[in-house]
Amino acid sequence: MIRIDTVTKRYPDGTVAVDRLSLDIPDRSITVLVGPSGCGKTTTLRMINRMVEPTEGTILLDGADIRDQPVTALRRSMGYVIQNAGLFQHRTVVDNIATVPRLLGWSKQKARARAAELMERVGLDASLAKRYPYQLSGGQQQRVGVARALAADPPVLLMDEPFSAVDPVVRKGLQDELLRLQEELGKTIVFVTHDIDEAVTLGTMVAVLRTGGRLAQYAPPAELLSAPADAFVEDFLGTDRGFRRLSFFGSATLRLRTAPVVTADATAEQIAAGAAEAPYVLVTDADGTPLGWAEPRDLTAGRIDPARLLPHGRPFVHGTGSLRAALDCAVLSPTGWAVAVDEAGRAVGVVSQQAIGEAIRAAHGTHRAEAAEEAGVTG
Amino acid sequence: MNVLHYIASFFADAAHWHGYDGIPARLAEHVRYSLLALALATAVALPLGLLTGHYGRGGNVLALVATAGRALPSFGLLVLMFILLGFGLVPVMVPLVVLALPPVLVTTYEAMRSVDPSPVDAARGMGMGEARVLFQVELPVALPLILSGVRSAAIQIVSTATIAAYVSFGGLGRYIVDGLYQLDYEKVVGGAALVAALALVTLGVFWAAGRFAVSPGVRHAGRRT
Amino acid sequence: MNGFFDIPSDLQHSWFGLIGLHLREALLPVLAGLLAALPIAQLCVRFRWLYPPVLGVTTVFYAIPSLAFFVVLIDYTGQTELTVMIPLAVYSLVVLVPAIVDGVRSVPQETLAAATALGLGPLRRYLQVQLPIAVPAIVAGLRVAAVSSISLVSVGMLIGNQGALGNLLQDARNYHRPELAVNSVVTTAALAICVDAALVGVRRLLTPWMPRTARHGGRPSAARPAGAAAPEAEEAAR
Repeated sequence: MIRIDTVTKRYPDGTVAVDRLSLDIPDRSITVLVGPSGCGKTTTLRMINRMVEPTEGTILLDGADIRDQPVTALRRSMGYVIQNAGLFQHRTVVDNIATVPRLLGWSKQKARARAAELMERVGLDASLAKRYPYQLSGGQQQRVGVARALAADPPVLLMDEPFSAVDPVVRKGLQDELLRLQEELGKTIVFVTHDIDEAVTLGTMVAVLRTGGRLAQYAPPAELLSAPADAFVEDFLGTDRGFRRLSFFGSATLRLRTAPVVTADATAEQIAAGAAEAPYVLVTDADGTPLGWAEPRDLTAGRIDPARLLPHGRPFVHGTGSLRAALDCAVLSPTGWAVAVDEAGRAVGVVSQQAIGEAIRAAHGTHRAEAAEEAGVTG
Repeated sequence: MNVLHYIASFFADAAHWHGYDGIPARLAEHVRYSLLALALATAVALPLGLLTGHYGRGGNVLALVATAGRALPSFGLLVLMFILLGFGLVPVMVPLVVLALPPVLVTTYEAMRSVDPSPVDAARGMGMGEARVLFQVELPVALPLILSGVRSAAIQIVSTATIAAYVSFGGLGRYIVDGLYQLDYEKVVGGAALVAALALVTLGVFWAAGRFAVSPGVRHAGRRT
Repeated sequence: MNGFFDIPSDLQHSWFGLIGLHLREALLPVLAGLLAALPIAQLCVRFRWLYPPVLGVTTVFYAIPSLAFFVVLIDYTGQTELTVMIPLAVYSLVVLVPAIVDGVRSVPQETLAAATALGLGPLRRYLQVQLPIAVPAIVAGLRVAAVSSISLVSVGMLIGNQGALGNLLQDARNYHRPELAVNSVVTTAALAICVDAALVGVRRLLTPWMPRTARHGGRPSAARPAGAAAPEAEEAAR
């Protein structure tokens, strides 16, 4: 565990970048430091590998003061990823990744073998090994940056706005990749960003810092969204925080209606059964893939024309998808009903906006009860 | 056409090809002085430029030193040194080294300062010591600009070393100064052509050194942005 | 230091007279070089293919030693001031063309696009946008050209006392008066420093938008120093 204990950073000109910050960063999870510019989040990160020395306070790594070991040894035991990757333009991709192993005295051969292994792990094609950074796209460069940080298999990974210089689509890919990697590797990751969405997506814990380097709130993302500590945090979370919070509620509790899902060669009885439960029926092909919505009275049993169906929008995956996905689907659907599919994309049922609304209210209730229980136990 | 004619007859004259005043001997002398002056200047200016550039301090002092160095007239310095010290290598080396210091110093400093700060930050964050950061991260990227500074110094030395002949020294300047006093324009033009050719060879040597020493990743990186 | 300013009569000038002569011989060529360099550089910017051959030709000129250049010119222009000034103008041109080309090219594309979008014609765009933004680079080139020109005038002494302050060097040897050589070196250096400082002042007047001092903060994203144009000019320095 990394324990930041009442740390203050004051510059000679009197500016206070970090103000009596205390933070326990749990092992094998992603802790995100987020806040507006000037909140001291990068300074905090850089104090962990002593790129910045605190004015007051201590930082403990597994119980030992980080100042107890030589600074280079400390840094070699922590991966470091920065914005724009900071690759060495005079070295090939493979030699960039092999930097820390070489610093640790590995043989060139061993370091390169390790680098090749990491390229595969972060999703870089082996053919890129001999390329130079200028021959890579921004996303590829950042992958090399992550691979380089992981090369010596450090237990801790420090990431300073690593994905903020790439376009949104690439960023989404890199975020997914990081979550996948983290599932495999289980590093202790400290991640700095100014993007609250990124914080909520990636963080196991999120620390919101305010200008002047003070901690505003330190909580898991769901709690942050449901119970912001004060007006600053609420403001920082943005206007659609209620909607975003739904990401943390699963859709498994939704009770689906299965009768309105009919195949293209449905009988008149099947259509009638569907019509009894919903104003529209969802037509699927023989495999169960949704084709679109239809009003029951427009349907002629056994002869459904797929060209005349209403679009069904993007369905949500029942179970693994969140209530946010379900609600989004219902809101965008021309019928006001959301389509639930299984992992294979086969329609498993439909659900109305009203039913989703009830599930949301129920989820909030459960959450509040749990929070109250937890508060009762701990405090 | 006059000039070309002089050059042709200078090189055609067999008498110019051997002996202590022959082209090979004078060329060797010229190269020797030039290399010595360049080595001295680089030995002083390169470490100074690298260190000040790396730490980002002393840039103003360095600019002052460079301005002062440039302001000192090479020819005047040569004559003054000769009057004070008499015939010898030192009076010739002082003006040439003073001439070469500013370009090496200033370009090295600027080259180090213009290195992208983010790889340097990454290098420190990965646990590289300052010496490694300087030699393994900054220097390879700054190298093309540093080489251009040394190249500029080398060309200036090659060209200016000719004035050493005024204080009875050898080198290609002999042809020019002797030609001037003997009113032998063939000699003057021939000497000038030799110096110009030597300068172009110097350019070629530095071009080759750049191809050899600068990483392809750095050489091509500029073209993308 | 008896007789430090006691200039031998064969030079036909007082100390101040020599200074004036020196400045004229050194700076007129720089001015001429600048006037010639501006259109050449603009052509090189407009027609990119032109730049490499122009650089090649100027480099060859540059490689010719000043003394040889003077001597060769005696045949055409005699032992006169002009013989000294022509090579100096050529050297200035060689330094200034790349300085101006790099300076004008350093104007960001967006800035040019914005100027065009505002309806500025090519000439106005050049005079009102490109040239002002290129001023720091041009002045950096001018500084190098002026200082080296002032230094090189002294060599003119060898072609019949056309070296202004450099002529003191000959007299120092002839009359065994080393203080005259010291006078020559010190005065020439002082002139160079004054002209250099004056050009810095001119740049500040012309570019009030530039920060006075480059700040080198400890932050990782420290900006490039303001004098970034210097190495390119230095590269072409003589």
